[in-house]
Amino acid sequence: MKEYKTITSVTGPLIFLENTENIGYGEYVNITLSDGSNKRGQVLDTSGNRVVVQVFEGTRNIDKNAYVKFSGDVLKVPVSHDMLGRVFSGSGDPLDGGPKVIPEARLDINGLPINPYKRAPPHEFIQTGVSAIDGMNSLIRGQKLPIFSGSGLPHNQLALQIARQATVLDCTESFAVIFVAMGITEEEAKYFISDFEKTGALERGIVFLNLASDPSIERLIVPRIALTTAEFFAFNYDMHMLVIMTDMTNYCEALREIGSAREEVPGRRGYPGYMYTDLASIYERAGRIEGKNGSVTQVPILTMPGDDITHPIPDLSGYITEGQIIVSRDLQRKGVYPPIDVLPSLSRLMSKGIGKDRTREDHKSVSDQLYAAYAEGKDLRGIVSIVGKESLSKSDKLFLDFADDFEKRFVSQQSNENREIKNTLDIGWEILSKLPEDKLLRVSDELIEKYMRRFKNASDKAD
Amino acid sequence: MELTCGVINLENKGTIYRVSGPVVTATNIDAKMNELVRVGKEGLFGEVIEIDYDKTIIQVYEDTSLLKPGDEVTTTGMPLSVDLGPGLLGSIYDGVQRPLPKLSLLMGEFIKRGAEAPGIDREKKWEFFPSKKKGDKVNFGEIIGYVNENEFTKHFIMSPPNISGEIVEILEKGEYTVEEILCRLDNGAVIKMYQRWPVKVPRPFKDKMIPNVPLVTGKRIIDVLFPLAKGGTAAIPGPFGSGKTVTQQQLAKWSDTKVVVYIGCGERGNEMIDVLTEFPKLVDPVTGGPLMNRTVLIANTSNMPVAAREASIYTGITIAEYYRDMGYDVALMADSTSRWAEAMREISSRLEEMPGEEGYPAYLSSRLSSFYERAGIVLTLGGKIGSVTVIGAVSPPGGDFSEPVVQNTLRITKTFWALDSNLSQKRHFPSINWLESYSLYYDSLKEWFESKISVDWDRTRAEAMEILQKEAELQEIVQLVGADALPPDQQFLLEIARMLREIFLQQDSYHEVDEFHSLKRQFSLLNAIIRFSRLGNNAIENGVEIDKIIKLESRAEISKVRYRKEFESKIGSINETMSKEFKVLLGEE
Repeated sequence: MKEYKTITSVTGPLIFLENTENIGYGEYVNITLSDGSNKRGQVLDTSGNRVVVQVFEGTRNIDKNAYVKFSGDVLKVPVSHDMLGRVFSGSGDPLDGGPKVIPEARLDINGLPINPYKRAPPHEFIQTGVSAIDGMNSLIRGQKLPIFSGSGLPHNQLALQIARQATVLDCTESFAVIFVAMGITEEEAKYFISDFEKTGALERGIVFLNLASDPSIERLIVPRIALTTAEFFAFNYDMHMLVIMTDMTNYCEALREIGSAREEVPGRRGYPGYMYTDLASIYERAGRIEGKNGSVTQVPILTMPGDDITHPIPDLSGYITEGQIIVSRDLQRKGVYPPIDVLPSLSRLMSKGIGKDRTREDHKSVSDQLYAAYAEGKDLRGIVSIVGKESLSKSDKLFLDFADDFEKRFVSQQSNENREIKNTLDIGWEILSKLPEDKLLRVSDELIEKYMRRFKNASDKAD
Repeated sequence: MELTCGVINLENKGTIYRVSGPVVTATNIDAKMNELVRVGKEGLFGEVIEIDYDKTIIQVYEDTSLLKPGDEVTTTGMPLSVDLGPGLLGSIYDGVQRPLPKLSLLMGEFIKRGAEAPGIDREKKWEFFPSKKKGDKVNFGEIIGYVNENEFTKHFIMSPPNISGEIVEILEKGEYTVEEILCRLDNGAVIKMYQRWPVKVPRPFKDKMIPNVPLVTGKRIIDVLFPLAKGGTAAIPGPFGSGKTVTQQQLAKWSDTKVVVYIGCGERGNEMIDVLTEFPKLVDPVTGGPLMNRTVLIANTSNMPVAAREASIYTGITIAEYYRDMGYDVALMADSTSRWAEAMREISSRLEEMPGEEGYPAYLSSRLSSFYERAGIVLTLGGKIGSVTVIGAVSPPGGDFSEPVVQNTLRITKTFWALDSNLSQKRHFPSINWLESYSLYYDSLKEWFESKISVDWDRTRAEAMEILQKEAELQEIVQLVGADALPPDQQFLLEIARMLREIFLQQDSYHEVDEFHSLKRQFSLLNAIIRFSRLGNNAIENGVEIDKIIKLESRAEISKVRYRKEFESKIGSINETMSKEFKVLLGEE
């Protein structure tokens, strides 16, 4: 351990030291202030006699008399099986009044990249009980599927619903949720925690909280602490971990803050040029490993500034993650919950996890058909607003009605409604049955016979 | 070591002065520009990227945590090089050619640092068949024999491009490891089964030729509308979710080349595993063997070290050039060059260089062009004809094609397949926009198509392009007044355009017949649609109602024929039916 009292300057979240010797890059640092309190940090740049340290808890009250102790090691987080059911701060300290964690291991929070050769292909369908996700953009174990939302939209409610309902069909393996809050308000945090407590989800969950009032630099480490914990459970205890991270936008803001404090050359909109790499070091920690039972699945939530999907944060995320679930303001205004716009949403791993023996043989065809029909219906809405409904053909009108049906019957559900995948698919068939059969090009005749006929007959009788 | 171009200098030691991310500054070291150095106690690999008075700046290919000032830096005397020899095919490497299966044996499921693993197996024995004998002269890059790398590929053993002489000793047919000396020359030089080559130096050749043979991909929109030549370059830009990776993987599966080098540069790990699990099961359309047997994979996922990501592109193209030198056609897919450019930007900003546009270094354009310039169809030093075709994906932020990487790429590449997220949202695949894309090779390939496939190739293609172009113009009017207000011939044109889009341009990558169409099939399908268009127009001129034409059986048949195994006989009968039906409509029969 080396200790110095040679701080020369303090700017933003950074402190600069001189006359140091041989400090390692990335070393974990402990700072003792003149009032005796402690702060933690990490070395960002080291040279012969000058070191730059970023301070996680913010630099308030640090003066030139503070002692800086270099640990000679990277930041490691204590992990233990006893962490289940607990609430921690953004630096990993208990917040629930419980005792400190007695570590089974101390792990580097940056983790290590999984050897692509040792990754196991994700293929297990996770039933979230939300039709717009299960039916159209299925979540698969080991996937990273973010929710792209906007301020004022019910993404938190949706995330909670997923956390509550997520199960894997015919599977009894143990499953846990890690919830990571980055820069959200205390009110939101309370909402999450009380819901977890109410539904008993906290017993099989771990919460890491960095609130809006906490230092923003801490947001850079909290997802890493959480993912290190998740990997520990997944690959040491064969557990299936669902990591929900909200709000990645706040994370990126913190990244920008550090970048500008270091006077780096900014990339787009002032975000650092390495933001892609940095986000990848978080998102890529989802996955499965060959020969291990556990998995890490991520559902990051981010609010798109100005609902703009081309903003660097959603844009770079979308390039790394395996799809995205898009929450739409238009649907929200129509009173649809969950307001998921399925057309621009995507799950890249969906086809791996659905179909015969996984969900149901007709899953792929139904979802393709629903996509195509809804896209057509939505196009027609545009035309109707110009030429009026009267000038549409009979079949076009049916498609127009279908688009409404799809939003009201298929996408809409209660926030506590846990729809089984079978029901989701059946609702899909039911609304498709109102369309002319010769327009259903994406489903085979056998499937129509097997799954749609009964709805058709029922509606014929009603006529 | 003796086979390389690098001059061996004495080991030279220095010390670290500064560490900032992947960039390390060393002092008291006498290193050359682009030399490979070992950094720190673990001997991490790095490359010299700048020399400034007594300071040498190094980019390190591995994680630099806990490196500190005072740690040792050692020169190796070599630039970053790759091993080129039998055993490359079927391998999966990281960005600096370390085999990933080997790394997982050495350090488990996660990639730790400081591991060393040679690019090709030094122990494995290969059966060598010499084609030269004692007393023969060997020129630079000349073939001296071959080994069977796998059932389908002869791997020619060549003298390195900088070695020539008269053979004083050559081993007989037999099994040898890559390290054994196969051949000694009168000037003391030796030839082994493998050679090392610095990745940033293009491998030499005798002459570059004009590309005039198409690279057949089996994708109708590519082969017919926007063909790529063997030895050409293509760019696939598109926002996320528009199908870049799927398109690249489809091209890797179906291109009619002998070797495919697939570089996953800064992309998703789960996607690479997809390639890894799928390719061994798929059948190579050229040889009938497993697809993996012709593939070299380079996987540097987005969370692996950024400097190695920068190197991965060079590693890939050097391997591609090596197979080209054997006289093979090679296709190289780089997914994605934007991540490569970002890696350059990241390193550049750590060096505190003056940034160019959007923070990218000012040398972005020259690096991109010198990479694409390594493509081409060439007369090799050994007197064979080989080609490297480069297909680079570009991931523009926000799907904005005006950003620097797309723009600089478009200045060099001659084929442009613009991916369109509107199409992919409609599940129209491949989601290549037919109005924005182009191919500058078409004119030089036209002759080939006309002589090999059909004399009508150019005429038919031009007609299809015209219909699609007109459709786009008409669509604007339709948006305002509705399709019913158009005159019958224009309504019919919209109908034909719809057929072109839905039957010809769309192609189902998951359907066994539809996913690959031979050029002959592609042409007969297009020809059937265009024939229908011509006959239909004639009928409309003669007063036949459009509804009657659309309801013809031959039209319905065309839409299904692309899925048929017995495509050829079917398309013939469709053409017959079509002729008959139109005769009936016109009252001629």
